[in-house]
Amino acid sequence: MTTKPEKEHTTNLISRFLRWFFYRARGDSPFKSILIHSALIVACIIAVYPVLRVVTISLRPNDTLLTTSLRLIPENATLNNYKEVLFGDPAKHRSSDFFLWIWNSISVVAITSIVSVILAATSAYAFSRFKFRGRAVGLVFLLTTQMIPAGMLLLPLFIMLARLKMINSSLGLIIAYAVTTVPLTIWMLKGYYDTIPIDLEEAALIDGASRLTVFTHIILPLSTPALAIAFLFSFMGGWSEYLVARVVLQKNAMFTWPLGIFTFAQQFTVSWGQFAAASILIAIPVMILFLYSSKWLISGLTLGSVKG
Amino acid sequence: METRSTARRFLPAALWAAALVASYLFLQSLIGPYAEGISLNLTVITRRLSEIGSFLLAILGGLALIEIYVYQLLFRQPRDKRAAGVVRSLQGVIALVLSLTIAFFLELTDLIRYGEGALGTFIRLPMTAFSALNNFLGYPALSGLIVALVLLLIFGIIQRFSVPRVNRTGLAYLLILPAFIGVLFLIIYPFLFEIRLAFSNASLGTQATKNASYGLIYGWENIKTLFTGNVAKDAKFFEVFWRTILWTTINVTFHVAGGMGLALLLHRPMKLQGFYRTLLVFPWAIPTTIAAMALRNEFDSRYGLFNILLTNLQNWLAMLSERTASLILLGDSFTWLAQNIGPVSWKQDPFWAFISILISNIWLGIPFMSVIILGGLQSISQEYYEAAEIDGASKFQQFRNITLPLLRPVLTPAIVLGVVWTFNKFDVIYLITQGGPQEKTDILVSSMYKAAFMFYRYGFTAMFALVIFVILLLFTLLYLRITGGLKAATE
Repeated sequence: MTTKPEKEHTTNLISRFLRWFFYRARGDSPFKSILIHSALIVACIIAVYPVLRVVTISLRPNDTLLTTSLRLIPENATLNNYKEVLFGDPAKHRSSDFFLWIWNSISVVAITSIVSVILAATSAYAFSRFKFRGRAVGLVFLLTTQMIPAGMLLLPLFIMLARLKMINSSLGLIIAYAVTTVPLTIWMLKGYYDTIPIDLEEAALIDGASRLTVFTHIILPLSTPALAIAFLFSFMGGWSEYLVARVVLQKNAMFTWPLGIFTFAQQFTVSWGQFAAASILIAIPVMILFLYSSKWLISGLTLGSVKG
Repeated sequence: METRSTARRFLPAALWAAALVASYLFLQSLIGPYAEGISLNLTVITRRLSEIGSFLLAILGGLALIEIYVYQLLFRQPRDKRAAGVVRSLQGVIALVLSLTIAFFLELTDLIRYGEGALGTFIRLPMTAFSALNNFLGYPALSGLIVALVLLLIFGIIQRFSVPRVNRTGLAYLLILPAFIGVLFLIIYPFLFEIRLAFSNASLGTQATKNASYGLIYGWENIKTLFTGNVAKDAKFFEVFWRTILWTTINVTFHVAGGMGLALLLHRPMKLQGFYRTLLVFPWAIPTTIAAMALRNEFDSRYGLFNILLTNLQNWLAMLSERTASLILLGDSFTWLAQNIGPVSWKQDPFWAFISILISNIWLGIPFMSVIILGGLQSISQEYYEAAEIDGASKFQQFRNITLPLLRPVLTPAIVLGVVWTFNKFDVIYLITQGGPQEKTDILVSSMYKAAFMFYRYGFTAMFALVIFVILLLFTLLYLRITGGLKAATE
């Protein structure tokens, strides 16, 4: 007697779950819905599994790094790799460069982004609102620069920086990164300014405001989101850059983190565990920021494209 | 009342300060015991900040001085005839010094050499004077400051002798000037340098440009090597070129197909959509460097994920073939499969190495496309489909005749950008296979990178880069011709 209502309860739960699950998918038959969900689940596993494997490797103790096991949480899981990456290994008299790399990356990439946003904010306004001689040429030129391979100007820049004694310095890397970020940012912000109705400015101009006041008091406050997107965009672009940094920086103390974590893989004994731990430590904040801001990043991409 | 409002005014600031101090103490207590093992310290931080700060100050100061100069050129005119002489001559002197400095910069970075004659001495005059001042004072910052003050004084005199002038588009030039100087310095100048370099024999042997010789003959030499000789070490140009085309086509096809598939699956009222979307953008969200390194690990012949899976599959097939040995057709086919499916040498076999970078890049690129396409799908009005439904159109017909045409404005730029990006994208290749084995997985851009920074063939690389640029330019022009995008972009 006692089991029956319980059973009823469970079936009730299942049916309630099914009704909840299929409630909004009324357009699709349950069979189709299950197919779609299973396809998406498979896709999600493919998308996430390699990332989870990195977590697994970072948790492995040093003596079982090389294993053919596919378990996600390894036997004898340990946080030793993280500790070593963050705080060095006193036993081997090895100090940790992790924070140094992060600092190098942040100082270079943040300055690049700030400078390119400042440079772009003013010139994009000029491109968007003024009809001056050379405007069309300038815009086509900016568009063309986006087609230039990033590696193409690297060689002359490298030689130029070498002559200016800026190799192995964060200033050199800032200059090298600005090559790609400045034109892109101008192009993006111009697209955004074009969407701000011109009536606002005209009203202010009639009231006697100067063009510069209009720019600083109307346009800049209105375009704060776009400026933030542009900043985020150039920041994301430079943050995990490897190839340019490898050419410009050769000294260990100047390394940005992509170069830094690569040293784990290049050492005499490849330390995959530390590589994985460092990767996770870097990737988690970046991925959270990315997932949080991806909506705006996409709108930033469409800002740069030809507007309707 | 008075006190309360004061307290209110300062409370947030005080709370922030307290929070800052608390977090500092917290971090201190957390990291403190390990501080010896951390190579980052306050000295490094302050040194970097002062380095970057002075750099920025120098750049912004220089830009401000140039801005003032251009402003006076555009917005001021001499008060009367007598003033005109003073103003124009002062402006002329500044223009001369400015152009001499630029000319000196060209020599400093080795684009042009003026020699030791009268011309060279004349061009180096401002810099010689500056370094003399520098030697006298001892601090570069101080002499920079003095130069800036002198310039400001001159600008003050000009301002005194001039009156405002109306200029409608002048502000545009002032606004563009900083970015223009940046682009000039960062793009146009290196580009000119590249062209000059392409007609030289610069290499490690000539110490880059130091002892290099220039001339058309070297340019011809470089072109000849490019098309008939070896581009990096062993590979030939056309071999790498076709591989690049293959690389681009396969990648973009899979990106668009995969992205379209996922977007179509997601684009419906369903539960857990946000959850799936979050998980599906993982490959895009993870920094490429980390993803590529992690995947390189997974292509290990013994401990990598792919070969573990393949080995397991092989074992399973072998087991199946044993179980079904009595059934003639099935057993034989399982045996055949077990013999032919198995772990692959991703690193040594050129074909599988190429497949490995393709897998990696496809994995990395699909989320971006799917997000873009999903955005496009969501902007298509549902009414079209309802109308088509009433007219009795099948799902496939709806996709062909409604979805695809309406997706075009999103899809075309995405595909074109995808092609250009994939054509140029070689960090995945470089990090996973380094173009190996025997440069059999190099594409044009990675060959170029290697020629420059592994084999130090500078002159040759410059020519190589120009050829790649021309290829991309042709593609872009073709695209613009087809879509008429250039006109829409500049209007």
